[in-house]
Amino acid sequence: MQKSTLFEFLRTVIAVLIAIIMAFIIIFFISKQPIEAINRFLFGPISSFRHFGNVLEMVIPLIFTSLAVSVMFQAKQFNMGAEGSFFIGAVAAAAIGIKFKLPPVLHPLVAIAAGGIVGGAANFIPAFLKARWKASELVSSLMLNYIMFNLGIYFINYYLRDPYAGAMVSYTVNPTANLPQFVPRTRIHAGIFIAVLAVIVVYYFLYRTRWGFALRMTGINSKFADYSGINTNMVILYSQIIGGMIAGIGGATELLGMYQRFQWQSLPGYGFDGIIVAILARNNPLLIPVAAVFLAYMRIGADLMSRMTDVPSEMVSVIQAVMIMLIAAEAFLSYWRHKMVVREAKIDG
Amino acid sequence: MDNLFNIIFSTNFGYAVLRVTTPILFAALAALISDRAGVINISLEGTMLAAALTGVIFSAYTGSAWVGLLFAVIAGIFMSSILAYFSLYLKTDIILGGIALNLMASGGTVFVLYLVAHDKGISASLASKVLPQIELPLISKIPVIGPVLSNHNVMTYFSLIAVIVVYYFLYRTPLGLRIRAVGENPDAADSVGISVRQIQFVSLIASGILAGFGGAYMSMGYVSWFSRDMTAGRGFIALAAEAMGMATPIGTFLASLLFGFADALSNSLQSLRIPAEFVQMIPYITTIIGLAIYASRRTQRAGAKTVRKEVKA
Amino acid sequence: MPDEILKMQNITKVYPNGIVANKGVNFSVYAGEIHALVGENGAGKTTLMKILFGLEHPEEGAIYLKGEKIIISSPQVAIRHKIGMVHQHFMLVPSLTVAENIVLGMEPSRRGFIDIEKAIETTEKLSEKYNLKVDARAKIADLPVGQRQKVEILKALLRGAEILILDEPTAVLTPQETTELFSELVHLKNKGHTIIFISHKLKEIKEISDRVTIMRHGKNMGVYRTQDVTEEEISRLMVGRDVVLKVQKQKNKPGDAVLHVENLSYTDDYGKNVLKNISFSVRRGEILGIAGVEGNGQRELVEIVTGLRACQEGKIYISGKPVNNLSIKQIRELGTSHIPEDRMTYGVAGPASIGENLISDRFYKKEFNTGLFLNLKKLNELTARLAKEYTVKCSTPKLAVKMLSGGNIQKVVVAREFSSNPKLLIADQPTRGIDVGATEFIHKKLIELRDGGTAILLVSADLNEVMEISDSILVMYGGEVVAYFPDASRITEEELGLYMLGVKRQSAEEIGGAFYAKKHAV
Repeated sequence: MQKSTLFEFLRTVIAVLIAIIMAFIIIFFISKQPIEAINRFLFGPISSFRHFGNVLEMVIPLIFTSLAVSVMFQAKQFNMGAEGSFFIGAVAAAAIGIKFKLPPVLHPLVAIAAGGIVGGAANFIPAFLKARWKASELVSSLMLNYIMFNLGIYFINYYLRDPYAGAMVSYTVNPTANLPQFVPRTRIHAGIFIAVLAVIVVYYFLYRTRWGFALRMTGINSKFADYSGINTNMVILYSQIIGGMIAGIGGATELLGMYQRFQWQSLPGYGFDGIIVAILARNNPLLIPVAAVFLAYMRIGADLMSRMTDVPSEMVSVIQAVMIMLIAAEAFLSYWRHKMVVREAKIDG
Repeated sequence: MDNLFNIIFSTNFGYAVLRVTTPILFAALAALISDRAGVINISLEGTMLAAALTGVIFSAYTGSAWVGLLFAVIAGIFMSSILAYFSLYLKTDIILGGIALNLMASGGTVFVLYLVAHDKGISASLASKVLPQIELPLISKIPVIGPVLSNHNVMTYFSLIAVIVVYYFLYRTPLGLRIRAVGENPDAADSVGISVRQIQFVSLIASGILAGFGGAYMSMGYVSWFSRDMTAGRGFIALAAEAMGMATPIGTFLASLLFGFADALSNSLQSLRIPAEFVQMIPYITTIIGLAIYASRRTQRAGAKTVRKEVKA
Repeated sequence: MPDEILKMQNITKVYPNGIVANKGVNFSVYAGEIHALVGENGAGKTTLMKILFGLEHPEEGAIYLKGEKIIISSPQVAIRHKIGMVHQHFMLVPSLTVAENIVLGMEPSRRGFIDIEKAIETTEKLSEKYNLKVDARAKIADLPVGQRQKVEILKALLRGAEILILDEPTAVLTPQETTELFSELVHLKNKGHTIIFISHKLKEIKEISDRVTIMRHGKNMGVYRTQDVTEEEISRLMVGRDVVLKVQKQKNKPGDAVLHVENLSYTDDYGKNVLKNISFSVRRGEILGIAGVEGNGQRELVEIVTGLRACQEGKIYISGKPVNNLSIKQIRELGTSHIPEDRMTYGVAGPASIGENLISDRFYKKEFNTGLFLNLKKLNELTARLAKEYTVKCSTPKLAVKMLSGGNIQKVVVAREFSSNPKLLIADQPTRGIDVGATEFIHKKLIELRDGGTAILLVSADLNEVMEISDSILVMYGGEVVAYFPDASRITEEELGLYMLGVKRQSAEEIGGAFYAKKHAV
């Protein structure tokens, strides 16, 4: 391992430790049973097989959305649309699952493909506005999330709603479309294989294909990319469309693996969680599963803590923010980095 | 269609436009001040949210809406100080920093809400106060104009005054001059001994104050409670409004009014037989369209310049 | 004996990248004189002045002001010592008015508001006192460059500058504006101010200065009373060569023209005509050197030919094909390579690996792809071979480029650009700021390419390089081609210097010889 990589790793660990220590401090301040709370938070997820199953269930959507974000961030496109693409992808999958009759295996694949197409189409809008007129993809993709949410709810309500169900939910998806859950006592479903496949595909796309190469060079130094003859406008377009597709596939997978009906009444938030995971993983697809497990573990830990003690699970949002801020802070521990780099340069020179 | 016109050309609608413009306007002015100093503050959404909750809590505990407002503003300052410290001193990418703050506020407010109100959705159990409505003397008597302009929440009038204050602040005070100089040419400011980082810090704080006002209005004027994610993207719409307003106070005001109009329309149309989902999309679609038009005109202008040059050369 | 107001003694400045900008420079000015500081680009004059203004800090040496030793740690300290500087790139805020720019940082105020009237009054008084006429209420953005410069001078004067440094003040001015500036400078001098005037325009130096210090390669080549030296003498001291660098090469046998540039003109964003009706050709197996002081249109020329900048007027042909509206990729596919002037901005992606930087121009080609995927084996072989062949000092091509030294980074750029079998190579400052070893290596490779039939356009501010490497030489001055020498070996550096500095100019017919279109049909 290169020294600078090692340094980045240490820096991440230190940032995480600082964040967790902050969490402990908060718990001690607000809780009547702090030891119990910390115990639940740290060890809850591995206290039972079922709980660890919960972690892996949550890892699946996180992997998709963070892959989506990492593709866009590697091209330096600050597109926040993974949330909307994920949601609308799930709606599309629900529609295919409900309205079509197809053999098993093929059915979920068609539904997932539909989710990907719809998710990619959604992100085409901010991508096009950026490539054509340099309109901020950040703002337009955030607006798009709200539009996708409303559009999705509209489709569910007017075309897919089950009038006999008590709540505002869709009809049940044909069983042929569901992804099988294969670990007893958990809801871990076949989507986990699709997620692992997605990691590999995205890795190969970014590091082993010409399009991925062009994308990364554009993100690192777009002037250099231009000078080298790379069509950077094209990269702006396809990086965001691909990001939307991955998020859409994620939404579809989540719906077909975890639910019988479409029942979200608000944005599930995995798109934004994907940003956290992507930042933790430094946009590297191969590190994304690790970072996703870490975040899911923390989430489930917080959830278990809030169920058994008086500390609400939303506490993790504070920890997450501190982690992102510190990891993204170039000057955080930069003194040591500088010393390391100088030493390395001396060895090389 | 008749119905639509009846709605738009009613004094109620005019009143509603001002009412819903208020938080967008505060946030857009907040975006304006930091943008003019060359720092983009995308944490406005989270800043407003944090301020909204803080206002509710302190007004409930002290029994005074004004104390609530004060602490809402302090919360705004707190949020923007974090952003300023991390981005200016620890060199955190300001976009990532803003995203982190928004996520923190979104979950953190629910966290705090649960601690104080034992509810994760709404602050109904807190006896929070509301900032007063003001009846404008004389103006309230004028037909049409009276009902539109009078009887608003005090924060709505503050937001209109804020446009003027921001204008004078930016264009007439030494600090405003320095902010504009730093944003436009930091080297020029540096060359005469102005600390760029200090000015940017100050403008982020000012940005936090304005967003604090916007947040306070949300929970102590627009409605009388705090609910999770109640800002619903207004902090982001404000960024678009500021860009469309060409980073000037008056332009920002007009663009905010446009988005307020879209917002009010979406509220009013809920009584018609249009699917609610489409109605609710109106403000966001308007924002994207507005952004696209603004950006395309900007690039066309740049294009026209080169064409002219070619002719001249 | 006149009164010595300022003395810089034994100043040595080494930049972090190892470039020695000043070597034991002594420099002194008398009170109330206009002192010209001349030298080629990279001679170290701007660095010396930046040290004086507190923007750079020397490794060795001392500064004495009126006999007292002072340490200038920042521009603020310099201003306190009544030293002011007008930078080459103006430090003004375009949307603010003249008065606002002048009082920025020391604004007069009344009850918390800026006292605009007071600021205008201050500006007008100052403007009157120094006879620098500006409209205090005008926006900077609406003013011509000459006016902006006056604002800069006023800014320095308001802060009490007694010693005023002007960094190439006439570079951006029209002849009329220059005349005006000179009469203002004389006026300032008469008021007792001391002026240090950086320039490489000899006519102007003769016209305006009392004394002249000549710098070359970071050293002081001498101080003269301006009236005692001729333009020719200054030119010789300025552009002379210290060590005559010898490159082994055969006489070339030029073939057909590969690049044609026909009547190329360009107007920049400020409305300045940067290129005026330029025509020339570069032939197979020929190195055409462009000599000229930097900022005479070379950068724009290179950017337009390589597709980085849009072409406004004129025609460019590469191998007979018009390239005006082609993308950079299309231009590269015609067999064009480009060593960019700014290597960190265009030449490399710093955080990417050496290997990735070596393939950025060809990664998409069929030969490096199998189906959907990059052929990593082939690419790794290529990058390993290139790194070795071009002696890039690294443990592995997986290392980030930014970890390398300047010379090795340039070798990465050169390896990529030279190894694509270019028909045409545009080499813009190919050896700037790199060590002697890397420079020699690159020169050798350039000659090899030429012998292999590549047409090479070499742009360099280093006269040594242009004269030794080129087969023929074109001189640019003021956005125009002012001379063409078909045989580079038959011109002396003194003569070349006179053309570069605008003292001499060839006839239209001689210059027209650079264009070979008629002799070699397109």
